[in-house]
Amino acid sequence: MSGPAVKAEDVHKRFGRLDVLNGISLEVQPGQVVCLVGPSGSGKTTFLRCINHLERIDAGRLWVDGELVGYRDDGDKLHELRESDVARKRAQIGMVFQRFNLFPHMTALGNVIEAPLRVKKQPREQAVQRATALLERVGLGDKLGAYPAQLSGGMQQRVAIARALAMDPKLILFDEPTSALDPELVGEVLDTMRGLAADGMTMVVVTHEMGFAREVGDVLVFMDDGVVVESGPPRELIANPRHERTKAFLSKVL
Amino acid sequence: MLMGIALGVGLAVMRLSPNPLVAGSSALYIWFFRGTPVLVQLLFWNFISALYPEISIGIPFGPDVISGDANELITPFAAAILGLGLNQGAYQAEIVRAGVLSVDEGQTDAAQALGMTRLQTMRRIVLPQALRVIIPPTGNEVISMLKTSALVSVIAYPELLYSAQLIYAVNFKQIPLLLVVCIWYLVVTTILSIGQYYIERRFGRSSASAPPPTPMQRIRRGLAIRHARIPDVPGASGDRR
Repeated sequence: MSGPAVKAEDVHKRFGRLDVLNGISLEVQPGQVVCLVGPSGSGKTTFLRCINHLERIDAGRLWVDGELVGYRDDGDKLHELRESDVARKRAQIGMVFQRFNLFPHMTALGNVIEAPLRVKKQPREQAVQRATALLERVGLGDKLGAYPAQLSGGMQQRVAIARALAMDPKLILFDEPTSALDPELVGEVLDTMRGLAADGMTMVVVTHEMGFAREVGDVLVFMDDGVVVESGPPRELIANPRHERTKAFLSKVL
Repeated sequence: MLMGIALGVGLAVMRLSPNPLVAGSSALYIWFFRGTPVLVQLLFWNFISALYPEISIGIPFGPDVISGDANELITPFAAAILGLGLNQGAYQAEIVRAGVLSVDEGQTDAAQALGMTRLQTMRRIVLPQALRVIIPPTGNEVISMLKTSALVSVIAYPELLYSAQLIYAVNFKQIPLLLVVCIWYLVVTTILSIGQYYIERRFGRSSASAPPPTPMQRIRRGLAIRHARIPDVPGASGDRR
């Protein structure tokens, strides 16, 4: 992989009359862990959803791995891609949600093998083998047959991470992965993510866990009102924020 | 009814399509078939041969696959199936749509983020979860359809009511025969309700950790407790509540 894993240039997004993103520009290099922080309503989650085209951007350009997201560039005109092409690209980007969004009618194993079977058309045996290994890796080797309702929040989120990994993504997006968890369950999920980061996975993480951002993040991006206010190495940014808004935010969360 | 359900699922998925043409044609169908009385539709299909004396199904401008005299092809039975099925499809579509809308949007997000297409998401993720919401009103519709089949008597198809009418036209025992009709309807609806109960139980599986016991299991358990009851233990009956 050469060039940035994700590159955003002046990305805009509005919902009706509400401007959510007002020109986001940033780059994520392969292997980096980028943490997005900021007050609620600052557009972090929306930006994350734009990266795999769950939301359509209204202006600007967004590339993943050198390819435009959701559009085809024909000289000076943009054409929205066909659904199957969008789906094919999404398959290369993992996503982990705040509320897990596991499929409740499938077991943990069923959740993890679903996409490899249906999207990658892997043979069942191979998919099961890989899924079992992944679930063991996130510490749930004994919960293969459990339904999501029978698992704790932390376990569910770890299944969700295994589900994302099963597609061998080049990039994983995390949307506040620990916000819906009880405090004592946060650690197990962060540990799993720490392991991924150590393995060199490219990750974009929307989070409120400043400790995690400081320790694991390569870049910390502070967003407010749909723009990137400032970004830099986490330790530096947390120790010496330059902008008033960053200072105000950090004083509240630290 | 099967035709109605299949049609309903198809129409509902179409109606929720982002393509306005597909969604629009489905909405138009529902508007028409829900907006006109089923009795009129039944009569319409029965008399379709007056409009098209010959019916053929085939490739447009190509050879016909099936063709024949409309009077022979549209028997009262075929008219009944067409009339009831097409009408049922419109209602079923709305039931399925309600079920689909009841599934959390996060499920669609998750499936699409994994690279599944819209149809895969529908079939594998959304519809199985929608079933829990779809089944109770569908049970309603099945029973209501069973009774609506009495309407078919107007196109001289010998279903239950029409058969009874034929008999009491001869022996003049209207009330007894109508009671017999009622009993038969009750028997069949009872069987259908029991079927519905077990279908719901099966699809409710993932929501609760353990499904509630069936009435049969409850009766068996009740008998077992009665056998095990030891008489003359003070407070035994009070503790049971």
